[in-house]
Amino acid sequence: MIPIEAVIVLGLLLFAIGTVGVVVRKNLVVMLMSLELLLNGANIVLVGLGRFLDSPRGSIFALFVIIMAVSEAAVGFALVLAYFRQKKRYDVDALDELKG
Amino acid sequence: MFVLIPLVPLLGAAVNGLIGIRWFSRRAVSVTAVGAAGLSFAAAVAAFAGLLRSTEPVVIKTLFTWVPATLVRTAAGGSASLRLDFAFRYDSLAAVMTLVVTGVGLLIHIYSVGYMAHDKSYARFFAYLNLFTSAMLVLVLGANLGVMFIGWEGVGLCSYLLIGFWFEKDAAANAGKKAFITNRVGDLGFLLGTGLLVYALGTVDIAGIAAAVEGGSLPKGTATAAALLLFVGATGKSAQIPLYTWLPDAMEGPTPVSALIHAATMVTAGVYMVARLHVLFSFSGTALVVVGLTGAFTAVYAATMGLVQTDIKRVLAYSTISQIGTMFIGLGVGAYAAGIFHLVTHAFFKSLLFLAAGSVIHALSGEQDMRKMGGLRGRLPRTYRVFLVGALAISGIPGLSGFFSKDEILASAFASGNYAIWGLGLVAAALTAFYMFRLIFLTFYGEERFPAEAGLKMRESPPMMLVPLRILAILAVAGGYVGLPSVLGGGDWFGRFLESSTGVPKARPEAMTEVLLMIGAAGVALAAIGAAHAIYVKRRGEPARRFAARFPTLARTVSRKYYVDEFYGRVFVGGVFVLARIADWIDRRVIDGLVDGSARLARGVSRLAILFDEGAVDGAVNGIGRLHLNASSVLRRLQTGRISHYALAVVLGAALVITIAVTVF
Repeated sequence: MIPIEAVIVLGLLLFAIGTVGVVVRKNLVVMLMSLELLLNGANIVLVGLGRFLDSPRGSIFALFVIIMAVSEAAVGFALVLAYFRQKKRYDVDALDELKG
Repeated sequence: MFVLIPLVPLLGAAVNGLIGIRWFSRRAVSVTAVGAAGLSFAAAVAAFAGLLRSTEPVVIKTLFTWVPATLVRTAAGGSASLRLDFAFRYDSLAAVMTLVVTGVGLLIHIYSVGYMAHDKSYARFFAYLNLFTSAMLVLVLGANLGVMFIGWEGVGLCSYLLIGFWFEKDAAANAGKKAFITNRVGDLGFLLGTGLLVYALGTVDIAGIAAAVEGGSLPKGTATAAALLLFVGATGKSAQIPLYTWLPDAMEGPTPVSALIHAATMVTAGVYMVARLHVLFSFSGTALVVVGLTGAFTAVYAATMGLVQTDIKRVLAYSTISQIGTMFIGLGVGAYAAGIFHLVTHAFFKSLLFLAAGSVIHALSGEQDMRKMGGLRGRLPRTYRVFLVGALAISGIPGLSGFFSKDEILASAFASGNYAIWGLGLVAAALTAFYMFRLIFLTFYGEERFPAEAGLKMRESPPMMLVPLRILAILAVAGGYVGLPSVLGGGDWFGRFLESSTGVPKARPEAMTEVLLMIGAAGVALAAIGAAHAIYVKRRGEPARRFAARFPTLARTVSRKYYVDEFYGRVFVGGVFVLARIADWIDRRVIDGLVDGSARLARGVSRLAILFDEGAVDGAVNGIGRLHLNASSVLRRLQTGRISHYALAVVLGAALVITIAVTVF
């Protein structure tokens, strides 16, 4: 039996890595991948706590998050593709039309 | 049917004035104008024939109600219902006037076709001429003073338009203005008289006025005042003292105009009006004396000025004033029919004289100065003959029309007991004979004083001009026989015909006296002609020159027309100028001061408003704008457009929310 603290630390680590990745990386594809890490960090915590509390709710939440993540990835990559077609690049610095 | 008489010329004027002026040839214009005048004459003859057959002495035809019945307060304190119809009245007086106006008018229209043949404003001339004829006919046919006033003003307008017909000439334009303004003075009198009658009687209908006067509902003083005011109008229109000065200047117009308007018809409107309202004038008595004295003085006064004029048309103009004075003598002694009789014969011989003078002027290419004529008898024999007929008629030579009408007036004046008026009339007759033959002798006798080249191209006038002259000459001879007095074996048909509209004359002299008066008047006329012959033919004007040299002041005063023009110019025109200058001063100093002051006040107030506007309102608006601008220039830096910045903000925000949530709850 894996101690719950380890599961939470792993989840937090993944979340932190994902957050940092989203914030600091400039490549859009990498940012989306970091987003997956971030979400899956949360999933690990959810599933871990579900097992720890012996409740199916954690897994059900995780399942919803996964579905949402899939949709997000699909929409996200479609946007990246459209962006790439237009600008011929995929780093996020070019996306500054909203600069005030 | 007599309604057609004024309508046809009006239609002719409209066609020529609105269409013909642009699109008609000269031929079409003259056919339209002469045709309208001819149709009008035919209608007048038909109406006259109808009147002779009918038993009704007066026919009234109402076209429409002009002013619907309105209650007016009258002098008596009651109220009367005043109603003005656009109505025409046809009776013996109107019949005579329409025949004269349309008949002489037709002849002058025909003459004008020849006289104006080379004028560039041909259609305009004939449109005016037709319009004048129509207005004059409205004047003589009007059944009340309102309709009469339309014609009264209409003829004044046409007179102005036709005197100033050659308006490029300053003298013509000024003469037109003078005629119009002088007439306005008289017209004011006419209007005031009409107003007084409305106030006193509540009616301006001719039949109504006559009925009211005969019914005794009019006080004598009011009648005198109304009659005198109306007579002021007559002095303006008929060029009597004191409003006569415009007529000699009116000779600036084309000669046919002088003949039609300023000799035969318009200037006799005053005579017609007094005869038309004879009941009122007779009732007043005082007014009638004023009419007679004004006529007598004007007759002599104008004749003296005619003695010294050198312009052929001006002699005739003064003669017209003098002859109208003679007509007023007739009216003033109560012999209305005699006055109208003289009006008719005068229309014949004076238009004949004017048209013949026009023929002379035409032959001399526009020369009007008798000092540059002379000896034309051989060169213009046809013109000379008709001119001589006209001069004999106006001088009152027995057998011609002027003799009968003038003697009718003088006999009535003598019979009325106003010997002063009779004497003045006789003097005027003698002076008339003298200046007419002075004119004849200066123009047609003696040596030729015109330049030789004028003699070379001199031609007798075309038949278009000579035929109307001949017809008028026949009328000037024969026209008098309609009023042949009973002492000469006639029946005074004219006087009896007019009795239905102008009443029965009061006094007739004894037959013996009348014959003596005739012989006396004829003798005076013959003596005057003899004197003119002695002075201007036998001695070539030498006595006249010597007389002028002997009494230079008198000669100068008369030839300068007694300085009346100068006096009127100084007093009335000058007075108006002084008034205008005072009004100008008030305008500049007082009115402009007020206006400027209020403007300055408004400017001061508006300057305050500007300060408030610029300081407070604009400051607030701009301040708000500037605040937003400044704030946004700081805040916009937050929006970098970098996704990573936004993501960081989201993370930090989430962290903050969680921190707060954890620490607070």
